[in-house]
Amino acid sequence: MLRLEHVSKRYPDAGEALTDVNFDLAKGEMAFLTGRSGAGKSTLLKLIAMMEQCTRGTIMLDGHNISRISERKIPFLRRNLGLIFQDYKLLEDRTVFDNVALPLIVCGVNHQEVSRRVRASLDKVGLLGKERKYPLALSGGEQQRVGIARAIVSKPKLILADEPTGNLDPELSAEIMYMFEEFKHAGTAILIATHDIELVNQLGYRVITLDKGHLIAS
Amino acid sequence: MNKPKVVNKRQRAFHEVIKERFQSYLLNHAHGLFSSLGRLTRTPFTSVMTILVLAIAVALAGGFYIVVNNIQQLTGNLESSNQMSLFLKDNVTETAAQKLADQLKQHPSSESVIFITKKQALDEFKLNSGFGEALSALDSNPLPSVIQIQPKNALESDQEMQKLMAEFKQLPQVDFVQVDMQWVERMQTIMLIAKRAVFLVSLLLGFAVTFITGNTIRLELHNRRHEVYISKLVGATQSFIQRPFLYIGFWLGFLSSFLGWLIITLMLLIVRSPVEKLSTLYNSSFQLQFLGFFELIFLLLTASGLAVLGSLGVLHYQLRQLKPQ
Repeated sequence: MLRLEHVSKRYPDAGEALTDVNFDLAKGEMAFLTGRSGAGKSTLLKLIAMMEQCTRGTIMLDGHNISRISERKIPFLRRNLGLIFQDYKLLEDRTVFDNVALPLIVCGVNHQEVSRRVRASLDKVGLLGKERKYPLALSGGEQQRVGIARAIVSKPKLILADEPTGNLDPELSAEIMYMFEEFKHAGTAILIATHDIELVNQLGYRVITLDKGHLIAS
Repeated sequence: MNKPKVVNKRQRAFHEVIKERFQSYLLNHAHGLFSSLGRLTRTPFTSVMTILVLAIAVALAGGFYIVVNNIQQLTGNLESSNQMSLFLKDNVTETAAQKLADQLKQHPSSESVIFITKKQALDEFKLNSGFGEALSALDSNPLPSVIQIQPKNALESDQEMQKLMAEFKQLPQVDFVQVDMQWVERMQTIMLIAKRAVFLVSLLLGFAVTFITGNTIRLELHNRRHEVYISKLVGATQSFIQRPFLYIGFWLGFLSSFLGWLIITLMLLIVRSPVEKLSTLYNSSFQLQFLGFFELIFLLLTASGLAVLGSLGVLHYQLRQLKPQ
């Protein structure tokens, strides 16, 4: 599903953020990406999400080499990804429904289908009935669940989550992690960057650890 | 036997998908068209200011155009004439003048000849000039006899006209020769300059519309960069992202050109009654011209087109730089 080979990333002014990183993630596999702040977790996710390009090495996503890719192809390959952020990245001037529907609208899915899938997606995260609300009227946990609903609505092959529980209390964090487990059972590969070691250990999935840009455990 | 059925089914499914995609594409456009209008009303002050500035640019170009058009209409009926007027010396008697006129009728280059006696000239002048009373007070007629000659059509070139003019000037009875064509030509040249000026001014104002809209879209893009980032992250293409902005550009152009048209029409309405009064004073049937239906359509299309072009230019360069963080 996802394979990184000798991936390095160097920033012109900040030096090398990742050095020779190798790992792969199978279809339907769930893994945690851990490490201290500045270890390169976010950089790694950005490379996989095609927000940046690696300096060396190759990244294969579902058979496509995304380390060398033209700007024009990026939108189509991103549709295979579901992205989840620490700060949710919701559109505050749009309803929950419109936020979740965005990935489908972008692909040109028809109206009835959008409606059906958005509802199914909101149902999965337990927010059915809040479609007409605006994000700011929801709690932090609910906002993150809107973000998750948006990430899964287009049935992506890989979900990337960057500190999804960073702003949430332990109870809500655990709830969200259980949700991810369910998606994993549905066949979606999930890579979650987090520094919540306790939660990681508690769940007992594969852990990929970065330290100063080097992969030290996988 | 089963295979073709499967293919048919697949083909039908494929057609269905294409049809659905196309429908949602159209729906998307319709949504973009109206939601962008809604977005303009959400920042009414900015929108009104921008539209007003654009409308003034449109009104200047269109207004200049219609003024020149009106002047041309005023002088238009003179264009075809290249008639020569031979003003006779004061001491030439009416019979001698009539004799000369008859001679000129035989001239190979003359198409028709009209002889106007001193008295006829005075009567006509009294009637049309409005100086009737004052002229009656004169004890002698100051106007000369005139022979008007319409040269043959074959006589198109300037040189031939000059030659004929020189020939008539040699006649002992003739005081001087005037060709109407000369001032018609001058007038036409002035109109040509005015038309070029209209074109150049319109070109400049067209650039203004393009750049003003482009700048407005740049600001709008900056205000909505968050939305652009998120759309990019969920896999939106460039054309999907720029669509709502292009529609805003379109609306700015469309609404401002319509408003510009209203401004021009209002201004013409304000000057109409004095212009028509002046026109009756000069005994003219001149009617003030307004922008016609096709000119309005042209104005709407051009301004909208330029506005979309300006938006497209800005989006082309700025959207690439807006990368998700």
